[in-house]
Parts: sequence; C-alpha cells; structure tokens
Amino acid sequence: MEIDEAPQKVDIAARIVTPGTAITNDPAFMRGHGTFSEHDTIYSSVAGVVERINKLVSVRPLKQRYSGEIGDIIVGRITEVASKRWRVDVNSRQDGVLLLSSINLPGGIQRRKSESDELQMRTFFAEGDLVFAEVQSYFADGALSLHTRSIQYGKLRNGTLVTAFPQLVPRSRSHFHTLPCGVDVVLGVNGYIWVSKHVPASK
Amino acid sequence: MSRQELLSPEGLRVDGRRANELRRISCRASVLNSADGSSYYEQGNTKVLVAVYGPREPRTKSLAQHDHAAVNVEFNVAPFSTSERRKRSKGDKRLLEIASFVKQTFEGAIQTAVYPRSQIDIYIHLLQHDGGTLETCINAATLALVDAGISMVDYVCACTAGFIDETPVLDLNFVEESSIETPDLTVAVLPRSGNIALLQMESRLHSSKLEDVLELATEGCKHIHKKLDQAVLEAANELAKKLS
Repeated sequence: MEIDEAPQKVDIAARIVTPGTAITNDPAFMRGHGTFSEHDTIYSSVAGVVERINKLVSVRPLKQRYSGEIGDIIVGRITEVASKRWRVDVNSRQDGVLLLSSINLPGGIQRRKSESDELQMRTFFAEGDLVFAEVQSYFADGALSLHTRSIQYGKLRNGTLVTAFPQLVPRSRSHFHTLPCGVDVVLGVNGYIWVSKHVPASK
Repeated sequence: MSRQELLSPEGLRVDGRRANELRRISCRASVLNSADGSSYYEQGNTKVLVAVYGPREPRTKSLAQHDHAAVNVEFNVAPFSTSERRKRSKGDKRLLEIASFVKQTFEGAIQTAVYPRSQIDIYIHLLQHDGGTLETCINAATLALVDAGISMVDYVCACTAGFIDETPVLDLNFVEESSIETPDLTVAVLPRSGNIALLQMESRLHSSKLEDVLELATEGCKHIHKKLDQAVLEAANELAKKLS
C-alpha cells in the first residue's frame, strides 16, 4: 500500500489506520511514533491518523495520554509527599516530580533552603492540592521535572478542576484567561483545566 | 435422563445456527467517559464491558519495570450474569485464572517496551454469561486497548470451537459448553500473521480432530477481526469529526 505523495488537505477521516495495517513497504521511509516495522514493511501500531513529514512516517493516535514537552504549562495534583520532592499526577504515563528546590519558598526567592523546610513540606503542598507549574526537564527514567519558580505558578485555590483530552488544549503563549463573565480559566496542556472566580488584582 | 440434542439431523443447533456460524456480534468502543479506553461487546447473549486505564503510574513501586509496562487485568463477574444469582468473591480461583490468561495473551500483543515504568490496567466486567467467557473478554479487551491508543502489534481476536456428533462447531453457547460431551477449545490469534496468542482447552479431544477444530476457530477469528476493525473505525471517525 503506497501513501499519497503530495501533501494535501485531506479530510482526516480518509486516512485513519488501525493496528496491524501496513502503511508502506518503501525502504526509503523512516518509521516514527505509533509504528513498527517487520521485514521491510512499516505497520501501524495504533488507531490514528497517518502523518508524513519528509521521509518520516508516524501515526498519531486520536486518543492518547499526555506526554510532556519541556516548557509546557500544566496543572497537576499532588499525590505523594516524599523526601525533598512531591509526586504530581499530570495525566501522563508517569507521575511528574516537583522538587523542593524548584518551588518558590515563602519569604523571598533567594531564601536558602533550610532543614526545617524539608520537615514542613506539607505546609507548602499537601496531598490532593492542585498546582500550576511548568515542565523544566526530564529525569533519566522519563518522569517530568516541574517547577513553580514564577509568581503566576503555585497552588490553585477556590475553584474546580475540569478534565479534557490533552489534544484539545493547544500550546500557546498564555494559558491564563479571564472570561467576560467573571471567571478565571487556567488551561493546562495536559488536559487539566482550572476554573475559578475572577479576583481583581488589588492595588 | 433425557439427552438434549445439541445438533439436529438437519444440522441445526439449539439456537438455530449451523455448525460453522458465529453468533451475532455487536460492539462499540468509547462507551465510558473516565476511562482512557473502553468497549462494550456482545456476542450472542454474552455481554462484556471493559475499561482500560493507562499507561499510568504503577500502583505499587514493586510493579514498576524499568524497561517495559506492567499489564494488570481484573476480571469481575456480575452476580446477575447467570440464570441463578450468585455472588463470587474477589479472590475466586476461576476468575483469577481467566484474568491471568487475558494478561498473558495481551503481554504478547501490547508493545510494552514503548511505555517503561508504567502500568496498563484492564478491568473486565461480565454482565451476562451465555458461553464463550474467555473469547468475549479477549475481544472486548482488544477493542478497549485500541480505543485507549495503546500501541499493539495487531488485534487479538479469540473464538471458541467444539466438537458435537463428529462435526466441528463454531462459537459454543452456554448450553453447548456445559454439556459434558462437548470439548471446548478457545483460541486467540493475531490476524495479520496468523500467530496464535492463546490456546486453551479444558476437556478432552482426540488429537486427530484437533486440526479441524483449530482451523474452524481460526476462521471465526478472522470474521471477528473484521467486526472489531469496523467498530474501531466507527469510533475513530466519530472522534475525528469532533476534534477537527
């Protein structure tokens, strides 16, 4: 089965493949995510849309868990308080990690981390809290490392969490929106959306 | 003791099917909102609901494997699924056995190396029991896994076959299964390559008959593959319409 040569604006439904479908047996193509090769043929391993960029063939599944990119703004829920770090549920394959050294300690950004901070970690973030953070890097095992080192990040209070497909939230410059009806919305790229009442910034 | 005739001289079974006919299959993917993938699968009167969560953080650190995902299967039978209401305990050996068969089958089909340090949970609920438990569980789980966007090498399609009155019969229902004279073979294949992922039989069958019964069951799997593929494309088209 050959794939279309010219990139064209085709209706998505026309190019959906299912697991085990052969995409191409042209040896010139490299295989990307969502595919595997057997002998000389590239097969799809998920149900999704075939994407071709130059010589790279990949299949993007229509439904997928969030996979983090560095610089993504996300909303996560603290699941565990461990030694010098918090584990955060970010709707991904693995929980994200928020290190104690990556948060803004009360009292100023330049404050040195003390031993008592370690013992009082629960006063900063406890299990079940929602945090607004940014992805800083990856750990060796693939877990996301988060940070809240900016005034707009931190604990989210007085609102509701709404979950949606991660694919529906595009990456954009601003993820904090105020709707005209007096509602603040924080769109996490991982599909977690925070809705709260708009509080005007006091002078 | 009256003996129920499972295969009439005209070649009709108790539910009016011929020896090589499958029961009617109706299936849908994406039926649950909170699960990553889900499916509802009916084969004849057997009804199964499957929810798939994953890949996600493993529940216990001991389950986490550094180079591949752990597959966890839980199989539940509803107390109202049989003609007599019967509650089964969580640790029922029969349920654990079926769950472990499903787990082993999918460990071969899911590309677990793509999701290291994570866990894929498959929760199967049998809502109505009319024969072919293992086959419907595997088919429904395949549909739910594909719906969840989990990388798989191929579909896993399962079918049962038996032997009544010197004739191989396809897709046994509850009456035929519970008859002591009918051997009951369940086979799960990966349709593209024809490789067998699971072969299970609890009764006795003469070795010379095995090939015929196996061939018939594999044919049945091919038909089931078409049905599952149709359901996946339907759900995918619906989702693509909503997303685009």
